[in-house]
Amino acid sequence: MEVFKKTKGLTDAQFHYCPGCTHGIIHRLVAESLEELGVLDKTVGVASVGCSVFSYNYFNCDMVQAAHGRAPAVATGIKRAKPDNIVFTYQGDGDLAAIGTAETVHSAARNENITIIFVNNAIYGMTGGQMAPTTLPQQVTQTSPYGRDVTVVGYPVKVCEMLSQIDGASYVERVAVNNVRNINKAKKAIKKAFQNQIDKKGFSLIEVLSTCPTNWGKSPVDALKWLEENMQTYYPLGVYKDKYAQEENK
Amino acid sequence: MDNKILFAGFGGQGILFSGKVLAQAGLIDNKEISWLPSYGPEMRGGTANCSVMISDTPVGSPIVSQPTILIAMNKPSLFKYLSETESNGQIFYDSSLIEDKVERADVSIYEIPATQMASDNSLPGLANMIILGKVVKESKVVSYDTLMQALTKVVSTKHADKLEMNKKAIDLGFNY
Amino acid sequence: MAEKVLMKGNEALAEAAIVAGCRHYFGYPITPQTEVAAYMAKRMPKIGGTFLQAESEIAAINMVLGASAAGVRSMTSSSSPGISLKSEGISYMAGCDLPAVIVNVERGGPGLGGIQPSQSDYYQATKGGGHGDYHLIVLAPASVQEMFSMTIKGFDLADKYRMPLMILTDGTIGQMMEPVSIDQVQVNTYEKPWAACGRGNRDHRNIVNSLSLNAPELEQWNFDRYKRYEIVKKEEVMYEEFMMEDAEICVVAFGIASRVSKNAIVEARKNGIKVGMIRPITLWPFPEEALKKAAEKVKSFISVELSMGQMIDDIKLAINCSKPVTLCNRTGGVIMSPQEVYEAIEKAAK
Repeated sequence: MEVFKKTKGLTDAQFHYCPGCTHGIIHRLVAESLEELGVLDKTVGVASVGCSVFSYNYFNCDMVQAAHGRAPAVATGIKRAKPDNIVFTYQGDGDLAAIGTAETVHSAARNENITIIFVNNAIYGMTGGQMAPTTLPQQVTQTSPYGRDVTVVGYPVKVCEMLSQIDGASYVERVAVNNVRNINKAKKAIKKAFQNQIDKKGFSLIEVLSTCPTNWGKSPVDALKWLEENMQTYYPLGVYKDKYAQEENK
Repeated sequence: MDNKILFAGFGGQGILFSGKVLAQAGLIDNKEISWLPSYGPEMRGGTANCSVMISDTPVGSPIVSQPTILIAMNKPSLFKYLSETESNGQIFYDSSLIEDKVERADVSIYEIPATQMASDNSLPGLANMIILGKVVKESKVVSYDTLMQALTKVVSTKHADKLEMNKKAIDLGFNY
Repeated sequence: MAEKVLMKGNEALAEAAIVAGCRHYFGYPITPQTEVAAYMAKRMPKIGGTFLQAESEIAAINMVLGASAAGVRSMTSSSSPGISLKSEGISYMAGCDLPAVIVNVERGGPGLGGIQPSQSDYYQATKGGGHGDYHLIVLAPASVQEMFSMTIKGFDLADKYRMPLMILTDGTIGQMMEPVSIDQVQVNTYEKPWAACGRGNRDHRNIVNSLSLNAPELEQWNFDRYKRYEIVKKEEVMYEEFMMEDAEICVVAFGIASRVSKNAIVEARKNGIKVGMIRPITLWPFPEEALKKAAEKVKSFISVELSMGQMIDDIKLAINCSKPVTLCNRTGGVIMSPQEVYEAIEKAAK
C-alpha cells in the first residue's frame, strides 16, 4: 500500500500563507507535477511580487525573485539563456494582470516556451486587500469600499479570454481549487502545461481561481463557496486555447 | 596638419557616403581620422551633413563647425558655412544646384556643375563622387590612388556593379 | 597588430560585446543607440546567440536579469529616457548581485528631451539611479577604440565583482566612425556557482533574490556589497592624464567633452597657458586620488561637461573644495566648441 508522502518538489520551509488560503494547494500541485515529470533538478522558478513573493523558499528548485509584474520577462531571459531548463513563473492577479500586463501578453505573443501559473483570487492579498484587476463588479475591497463601480474603475480583466486571442499562445486553461474534483482537474492542467514545455510546444498559462479568506472577510469554507458562486460564474472554467489539440483535431 | 572637412547638403545626396570614402582613404594613408554624421529626423529628407577629420595628430573634437574644406551640395549649406570656413580654406560647391556666385578673397572657391555632369554621363546620384574627385585633386588631402583604394573598400561586394560607376564619377571630377 | 577598420562607436561596442562572449542581447529601439540593436539583430542569429526586441525597456532589462541569473553574459542598451525605465531592473540586479553590461548612449533631457548628445545622466549613472543603496561601475569611453575596449573590460569587471556595469556614452561617440583595431583580446571567464540554471547535482538550491524582510539581514547584505565596492574603488579606477606635468589649471572632462577640451588645451599651450586635463574613464569609481594629487599642484579646476553641472560636485568632493572649480558647460544636446573651453581656460589663467 502506498503511503501519502510530502512531495519532493517542496522544501521543508513552513508556508507563511493565511489559514484557508489555497496557495498551499496550488504550490503542491506545481511541485508534484515537477516531481512526477522528473524535471525538478533542471527547473528554475520565478517568484513574483504579492502573497507568493516567498515562493522561492518553498519550491525545491533553483529560483529567481522578480520585480512586480516582470516575471515573464525574467523567465524569458532564463529560458533564452538555458533552453534546456524548465522555467515557470508563479504570479498573482495584480502582478500578472495589472502591472505586468505587457510582459504577460508579449511572452504569449512570442510563444515563449515557459509555463505561467496565474493565481487569481480577485484581490491584492499581501498589501492587505485592495482592488485587483480581477476584482468582480460590486466586490468590496479596501480601495473599492462601496463595491467595484465599473463606471468609475472599469471592468475586470479576463486573462484566459484575452490570451486565447493571441496567435502565439499555445495552451491556456482556467481551473479552480475549491473542491476535490476541481483540484484534480487543476493538477492535470498544470502538469500538461509543464509537459508542453518539455515537448517544446511553447507558451502555456494556467489560471487558477483561488481564495483569500482573510481579505474577503470570510471563513475558509465560505470562501470556497464564494469562489464557486461568484468567481466561477464571471470566470468560467475550461480550456480557452490548446493549439496542439486543435491541430490534432483537424 | 588638421584637415577639417565638412560635407553638407540634403539627405539622399550621398553626403555621408562620400565622407566615409574620404575618411577611409585617410585611414589607408595612416592618418588620424574621424567621421561624424548629423543624425536624427533631419536625415530623412532634410539637411544632412558629416564632419571628417584627417590629421597627422590624434583627433580631438570630431565636430567640424569651421571647416578648412567645405563641400556644399545645396544653397542653404553653402551660405550657412561660407563665412565659417577658415581663412586659406577651400570651398567646393555644386554649381548646377546653386546658381549664386559667392565671393571670399581669402578662400579658394571651386564651382563644379556636378549634378549636371552626373546626368550628362548617366551617373545618377553620383554628383557627390564627382565633387569628391575634384576635392581630392585640389586639396591633395589624400592621393588619387588612395581614394580609389578606399572606394573599393567602402563599396560592399554586394554592390560591386556600382564600383565602376563610382570610379568613373571620381575621374570626371578629378579631371574637371 | 590587426588591421584597423572604420567602425561606428555603437557598432564597435556591439562587436566588442560579442568578442567578450555575450550571446544574449535584449533591447528596445531608441535614438541614438539603435545601431547597437541593429548590429546585434544581424550578428546574433549567425553565431547562435539571442537577439530579442522586447516589448519595452522594462521588459528588456528584466530579460537581461533573467539571462544573467541563469549565468550567461548578457546586455542591453538604450538612451536616457529608456534608462530611466530600466532603473527599476538595474536596482534589482544590484540587489541580486547580478553582472551585466548596460549601455546608455545619452541624449538631452529631462523628459523626452531631444536626441542630440548629452552627459546629463551623470548623476543617475554614478549615484545609483534606481532605489536603494547601490552603485554601478560606470565606464566613459572617449573614442570608438575605447567603445570597443571598454565594453570588453566592462563584461570582465561586471563578472569579477558581480555588479551591473554601465557604459555611459553619448550620441557623438555612438554615431561617429573612427579606426578600430580589433586585436586578439584576452577575455576572462568566471565560474558562476551561484547561477540559477537548474540544481543538477548541486547539494543546494540557488536562489537569486534581493528581498529580505529581516532588516538586520538586509543591512548586512548592504554592508557586504559596500565592502566589495571598496575593493572596486581601490583596484579599478581608470583615468587619463593629458599635459598635466607642469599644469597650473586642470580641466576635468570625460567622453566627448574631453575630446573638445583637448583641442582647447593644445591651443592654450601654444599661447603659454599651463593647462592639462584629467579625463576620468571610470566615472564610478571616480578618480578621487588623482584629483587630490592634482589639487596640490594646480591653481584651479574646470569641469567641462554637457549638463548643468553634475560631475563638478564629485570634483569638489574629491579635492575637498581646496581649490576653485569652475564650470564650462552646455546642455540639452548642444556641444560646446573648443573656443568656449579655451575661453574658460583663459579666464581661469587670469
